[in-house]
Parts: sequence; C-alpha cells; structure tokens
Amino acid sequence: MSFAPGTRVRVRDAWPELEGPAHIRTPHYVRGRTGTVLKRLGAFRNPEDLAFARPAATIPLYHVAFEQAEIWPENAPGDEFLIEIYEHWLEAA
Amino acid sequence: MNLAELDSDKLLAAFRGLLLSKGVLAEEELSRSSAAMDAASPARGAAVVAKAWVDADYRARLLDNATPAIEEMGIYLTGAPPLGVLENTPDVHNIIVCTLCSCYPRMLLGYPPLWYKSAGYRSRAVRDPRGLLREEWGTIIPAETKVRVLDSTADYRWMVLPRRPKGTEGWSEEKLAGLVRETDLIGVTVLPEAV
Repeated sequence: MSFAPGTRVRVRDAWPELEGPAHIRTPHYVRGRTGTVLKRLGAFRNPEDLAFARPAATIPLYHVAFEQAEIWPENAPGDEFLIEIYEHWLEAA
Repeated sequence: MNLAELDSDKLLAAFRGLLLSKGVLAEEELSRSSAAMDAASPARGAAVVAKAWVDADYRARLLDNATPAIEEMGIYLTGAPPLGVLENTPDVHNIIVCTLCSCYPRMLLGYPPLWYKSAGYRSRAVRDPRGLLREEWGTIIPAETKVRVLDSTADYRWMVLPRRPKGTEGWSEEKLAGLVRETDLIGVTVLPEAV
C-alpha cells in the first residue's frame, strides 16, 4: 500500500513495547490518531529490526501532519505536528 | 575516583582499539570522521541560511532537497542521515524537537545544546509549544501564524530556515550569517529586526 500526499491516514493504535523488548519510532501521542500525508520522504530500513541486529526490510517513510488540538484541546487551533511515520504504522482513514 | 579515567572512557578506548585491531575501520577513517564532527557547528548552518536569503534559486534547491544543496557549499554530509530544511514564513513557524531522544543534524550543526535533550524541552515542545516559546524563550508567534512542531524521530534530520530580518537589505552573506543563532535554526527564537 502506498499513500499519496493529501491522503487521510490513521496511525495504528498498537503498543508493541507492552509485549516485550521493542525499539519504536512512532511517538505515543499519535497512536490511534488521524492525520494527513504531506509527502513521502523516501524508504529506509526498519529501525525496529535494525536495533536488534535482525534482517530489516526497507519501508517507505512519510511526513504526516496532525492537528494539535485534536490530540490536546488546549493547544492552539490550527497548530500542527509534523512527524515521520513508517508505512507499516499507517492505515487509510 | 580519577575523573580522567571514567569507565565510559575505558569502554571507548577498548571499543576503538577493537575496531582498529579487527580491521573494521582504518585509523584514517576514524580521524576523518572525528574531523568532520569537529568542523560541524551552528556557523555552518548560518552560512547555509545566509546563502538561501540572498539567492532565490539556491533557496528553492535547499528546500527541495537539502543534502545536495549543502554539499554544493563544500560542506559534506557523507554518511549522515538525509537533511530536510523547513522554511519559516508569515504563515508558518517551525520548531524542531525529538521527543524520543535527541535526533539533530549533527553533521552540519554539531552536537545539540544540552537543553535540546532535556525531558522538559522534549515534552513541553509538543504539549504546550506556544507556552514554551513565550515563557522560556520570549518568542511570541502571532495567533494568525501556524506553529508547526516537527517531531524528528526517524531517518531524517531537520533544520529551520528562519525569516530574514527587516533592515538587512543589501547586506553581504557573511554579515547576514553573523546574525543567525543556533536557537533560530531549531526554531525556538526568531531573529530580531536589524538596527
């Protein structure tokens, strides 16, 4: 699956660190949240495997924008987060 | 305890010795890498910014794909993660944080300042970015300007292209570069008007 700029995507509400040792680059506060793909940044070897010296697949990395106030209502309306998210953490919203 | 002989120093010396004795790295590769790290500094980022301010074509190349644009200036980022540059405009103000650890464009700007790695900065930058900017840095971003917090947690590294201050028309690149501070490149401050 690949996501074009402008696509609405949801970050998986997954918590692999609760199941054992894990190295995860997806911040807690956007898990389960919906954002918009800004652009594809390229493809990189999966750090979740590299960190444990396991064979690591090369996966697309996207810049995804999130409305701050949808995560924390006290933050100013219109302000956003822009975060690099690997494709296997995203699903079409 | 002898401070000159910390366990971490002994570990580093042993690790370095093993890399060399096992032929994983050559001495000159290590020295070259050390020299590149020593040459990295906020002044290099400032030179890139000044060039982007005076040369619109360069600015476009920098925003499109920063690594080759910076290498055009003879600053080589070999082996470093790809670098992205985000432009501040009247509509959007960018601020960079790594909430997970301390991702930072080290090969260009050098080691991050200590506060950048602090739990306080890393949490407040996302939880209350306008409060952080105002109360800790005296930086007021107008309500009509979007604050965009870049959480740098993966394979890219990011730098802010600050807005050129008013009153600097006709200045040389060198003089302009002298205005740009490390904090402007992270986005916690904005340049004051030149007097």
